[in-house]
Amino acid sequence: MIEYRSVAKTFDDGTQAVLDFDLTIDSHTTTVFVGSSGCGKTTLLRMVNRMVEPTSGQVLIDDEDVAGRDRVQLRRSIGYVMQHAGLLPHRTVADNVATVLRLNGTGKAAARERSLEVLHTVGLDESHASKYPGQLSGGQQQRVGVARGLAADPNILLMDEPFGAVDPIVRDELQVELLRLQRELGKTIVFVTHDVDEAFLLGDQVVILKKGGEVAQVGSPADILAHPADDFVRSFVGLDKGQRELRLEERDGRTVVLDGSGKPTGVLADERGAGTA
Amino acid sequence: MTWAWDNRSIVIDLFLVHAWLSIVPIVVGFVLAVPVGWYASRHPRLRGVLLSGGSILYTIPSLPLFVLLPGIIGTGFLDPLNVIIALSIYAFAIMVRTAADAFTAVSPAVLDAATATGYSSAQRGFLVELPLAGPVLLAGVRVVSVSTISLVTVGALIGVRNLGSLFTSGYRRDFTTEILVGVVAVVLLALLLDALLVLLGRVLMPWSVDGPGAVGRLWQRLSGRGTERASDVAAAGGRS
Repeated sequence: MIEYRSVAKTFDDGTQAVLDFDLTIDSHTTTVFVGSSGCGKTTLLRMVNRMVEPTSGQVLIDDEDVAGRDRVQLRRSIGYVMQHAGLLPHRTVADNVATVLRLNGTGKAAARERSLEVLHTVGLDESHASKYPGQLSGGQQQRVGVARGLAADPNILLMDEPFGAVDPIVRDELQVELLRLQRELGKTIVFVTHDVDEAFLLGDQVVILKKGGEVAQVGSPADILAHPADDFVRSFVGLDKGQRELRLEERDGRTVVLDGSGKPTGVLADERGAGTA
Repeated sequence: MTWAWDNRSIVIDLFLVHAWLSIVPIVVGFVLAVPVGWYASRHPRLRGVLLSGGSILYTIPSLPLFVLLPGIIGTGFLDPLNVIIALSIYAFAIMVRTAADAFTAVSPAVLDAATATGYSSAQRGFLVELPLAGPVLLAGVRVVSVSTISLVTVGALIGVRNLGSLFTSGYRRDFTTEILVGVVAVVLLALLLDALLVLLGRVLMPWSVDGPGAVGRLWQRLSGRGTERASDVAAAGGRS
């Protein structure tokens, strides 16, 4: 469990990134921070592994304040996946994945074996293991980034816009893959994105942030869509443009789903051929 | 050519002495410049001071420095140490700027990633920053190497034996062949050392982006393998 207690952050240059933030993140769930740039979502994420120190307030992991833990040890116990993967260009894929294991003192052979195993878990062929990151595509690099985050089998995985820099098709693929991984592994994932669709797809809990780290709404995707807290949320999730307000219409015995502007987006699945609603 | 052959033992001996007088300052300059350059890259305010300090050192003319050093550090007038120390100062002066640039050029995103994955600052410095600064450091050492080898010849004027002695002796005796042999030998030494440095770079930095080069490509073709495995990449001396 990760807990934010009255957390605030003002940077040295006076920028107010976060103002009095409270949140509880249950273990084995995915929480997504979503908001436009400057909303403090990355700052909040990086407080968990002390890449950013809060100006006031506390961040707790399993009831223990992270401020009391050794930074380096803390970071090694938490998986971190970032935009552009952040791989070390001078180390092979296998070495990149094994980074944390090696830093923790795992032997070379064991670390390599584990890294091949994790590469397999994230859907990468073993033949990539001895390549350098520069020889991989963006999507492959991102998979390696995820593998590195998972290699030491951490309880917590922090993901900072991990799929922000890959093309839409690869992004879809990676998102589906992450959902599969999460079903298998059950990590506590904190995920940052500016894409509300991605947030709703991946998040058990979604935190919508306004500028200055102010919380607009916290809830499950269904709750947020059903009861948006205010006009900001309504507009942020796209309810005001009608893409998410769907209507049903009978058409020759099938129920067609139309969006707010009347464009058909699909059919209801559970009544295929039956003709009853 | 006959002269060079007849005097080959002298020329070879001078060649080796010259190599020694060059390599020591290159190594000393490098070892001193890397930490200072790293420090300068971290402290932008000090950077200017350190780098202009380096430039000023480099403007000291070499001959007077050779002559003055014995008085300052108490070495004998003909001691090769004078040349070694003076050239170490020059090597340092050139190298420190390159080193600062090399460390400044390391991607902050990669360093951030290294920190976030749990590298301590010392581990990050030696295992991430230093290797990633490597290609630029290598380029700097190659410049230092050529410059040092040529400056060593000036030492001949104060009586420190090296390939430059062929210039002074040839000039004194009005014997052009000897001077030419000296020039060719100096150029050969410079090329040899440069090739060694490039080779060292290929071995130490197989990941470096400037490609395998002609020799590497030939090796790849002969060995009939691509760059699929790191060992192959290392053997081929780079990656395609």
